[in-house]
Amino acid sequence: MFYRENGQFKTSYRDDQRVFPILQDRFAIGLLLAFALIGVPLFADEYLFRAILIPFLILSLAALGLNVLVGYCGQISLGTGAFMAVGAYAAYNFLVRIEGMPLLGAILLGGACSTVVGVLFGIPSLRIKGLYLAVATLAAQFFVDWAFLRISWFTNNSSSGSVSVSNLNLFGIAIDSPFEKYLLCLTLVVVFAMLVKNLVRSHIGREWMAIRDMDVAAAVIGIRPVYAKLSAFAVSSFIVGVAGALWGFVHLGSWEPAAFSIDRSFQLLFMIIIGGLGSIMGSFFGAAFIVILPIVLNQLLPALGNVVGVTISTAVIAHTELMVFGALIVFFLIVEPHGLARLWSTLKEKLRLWPFPH
Amino acid sequence: MKLRTLAQAALLALTGLAGLAAAVPAAAQEKVQFFPSLTGRTGPVAPNATQFANGYADYMKLVNARGGINGVKTLVEECETAYATDRGVECYERLKGKHGGATVFQPLSTGITFALTEKVPVDKIPMITSGYGRSDSADGGVFKWNFPLIGHYWVAGDTLLQHIAKQEGGWDKLKGKKIAVVYHDSPFGKELLPIMQERSKMYGFELQMLPVPAPGVEQKAIWLQVRQQRPDFVVMQTWGVMTPTAIKEAIATGYPREKMFGTWWSGAEPDLRDIGAAAKGYSAVMMQHGAEPGSAVAKELLDKVHAKGQGTGPKEEVGQVIYMRGVVGAMLAVEGVRAAQERFGKNKVMTGEQARWGYENLNLTQPKLDALGFKGVMRPVSTSCVDHMGSAWARVHTWDGAKFTWASDWLQADDQIIRPLVKASADKYAAEKKLTRRDGADCQS
Repeated sequence: MFYRENGQFKTSYRDDQRVFPILQDRFAIGLLLAFALIGVPLFADEYLFRAILIPFLILSLAALGLNVLVGYCGQISLGTGAFMAVGAYAAYNFLVRIEGMPLLGAILLGGACSTVVGVLFGIPSLRIKGLYLAVATLAAQFFVDWAFLRISWFTNNSSSGSVSVSNLNLFGIAIDSPFEKYLLCLTLVVVFAMLVKNLVRSHIGREWMAIRDMDVAAAVIGIRPVYAKLSAFAVSSFIVGVAGALWGFVHLGSWEPAAFSIDRSFQLLFMIIIGGLGSIMGSFFGAAFIVILPIVLNQLLPALGNVVGVTISTAVIAHTELMVFGALIVFFLIVEPHGLARLWSTLKEKLRLWPFPH
Repeated sequence: MKLRTLAQAALLALTGLAGLAAAVPAAAQEKVQFFPSLTGRTGPVAPNATQFANGYADYMKLVNARGGINGVKTLVEECETAYATDRGVECYERLKGKHGGATVFQPLSTGITFALTEKVPVDKIPMITSGYGRSDSADGGVFKWNFPLIGHYWVAGDTLLQHIAKQEGGWDKLKGKKIAVVYHDSPFGKELLPIMQERSKMYGFELQMLPVPAPGVEQKAIWLQVRQQRPDFVVMQTWGVMTPTAIKEAIATGYPREKMFGTWWSGAEPDLRDIGAAAKGYSAVMMQHGAEPGSAVAKELLDKVHAKGQGTGPKEEVGQVIYMRGVVGAMLAVEGVRAAQERFGKNKVMTGEQARWGYENLNLTQPKLDALGFKGVMRPVSTSCVDHMGSAWARVHTWDGAKFTWASDWLQADDQIIRPLVKASADKYAAEKKLTRRDGADCQS
């Protein structure tokens, strides 16, 4: 009743090719953006910005990048942490070593470096597939970890191997309040989400999906696997690299290679599996699930204890958090193996038929 | 159908949440000095970090039992980081504004310290990093908000080398010797290296670097290298599960424990208890305190906190090395507030900014320490605008198979060597960040 495209006739090709062909979708996205831009700052406090929203946005961006590779092109990668690290360290080096380097320039150049490394480690994908490729991309993870720990040039010869960035400013405006940081991340996330959305609708995106669904058939109909796979690696690692730079610059401020360890790679892979492979919305759902849920659980349990009148020790809270979180992952994977994004689209389907869903 | 069940479950959870949120802020607003505690009760450092958190919490309870800080009660709230930097940052954000604002943070992790160093000047909250974090933050001229009170990695490394040299009969005897450094491959481990390299240049001993990837449970290859190259000494910069692993591997490869020396974080009961007699002869350097079960403060903690059933952990750990470190950490945090009260008004809750002044003007004389129950545990600590460390005293203790005994007299790190290192590193940091050194006027504020 509310969500139905009946009566919305498309009279030109332009109309037909819109990103959101249905009026209600445009309306909803507009509302969502307005809420993120105006609504959130009205009620969010510093904690919500710094500890929840900013990490959520940055990891959503990384998940989005990984989704291009795994979800759309079907190339499983365990090197996401490495590509994030390349983005972060490259951006750091551009910022420190080049006088007057603008922040945005450093971040995007970081992404560019990550693209190069991504394509390089994507070359094996031309010969190996599936899980074997995942193992091959592990090499990227270990190599990059090693490089940033051992080659002191990358860390500007810092004795501890930790690098830090502060006093960020964008076109002369200092980015130090949590809201400004949030705005910077939000803008980049929106821009990249639109970019990816358009890419996957274009011929490149269709090539990726053809390769994902059956690479032999794709090659037969004239898609060059080299081009399709490497372009997916390039786009994916560019976005992941930008996310890495943001993670270092905006969220942590000071980081070491451990911030981009193999755990990060797994975390991002789980995000898109739980959120939904091959779905842009899914990247956000997954990031929300993995970033926000543990923190909520961690704060909820003591509150729960207070209501009942028991003080729960910090260690028990931490353990329970892990158990509940694990149980929820299993629950969602059983209820909806295609990820949270599928629940979202089922909901839309039902709404379309409402009030007579079947 | 499925969707409907899910929606119902979500709705139920939401109402539950709302109910909880309403029930929480019922606690009465009392005048309290809030000390956040970032704990590592789970994860790779849990055996040690748990004791630290318990000691910290117990001492704060003792302060309240003694009547508070000039009448102001202390309050501790914990947040679990599991030694992970991103969780630590989240905890910091969560706790910094609670209960009227955090007084001081003690993150107990070098990684978290590095991340918070960029954040505390903005939020105006001081940070105490006794024996860890950035060694160059001892330079108060650049690091206004960091306080590596009673020592840092370079002090530990220097005093440890002094001890080895003394054992050998002088620095000149170290010439041509080979010292292996087994370290956690992270900023925590690497922070030790500059002092080792400096001393090796001065006295001509050879260094062999053996990094161990985090969390440090995979050390077979490292110890095979040790067996192959037979260094004269092994210095270990290890923490958490990494320490017992290293000692077990050393036993397996037959490297003598008498030649193994741990730094400040690598020699505590949880590391050696399970190995017991096999670890006999292993030594570690202790800045200020060691295991102090006989000290007055440990007895008082047992009497006034544990005997009342308010002990945070088991009674047996009171007086053990890392427990005492928590106690000393809490004592320093409290005494800084007391010092600040002298200036800003007794019987008042200090803000983080005021407490910072207290940490910078800390003057814990021996009589003051003795009165607090730290007789024989600590030597005087006195800080200033330029010196945020306050003392550089250390001793070495050795495991006799069941407990630690002192193996050396008091050692003092060589200021002539450490000061230029600290200054050079701090200047580099300031240049990178485009900071200017604090001037005299800033020191008064």
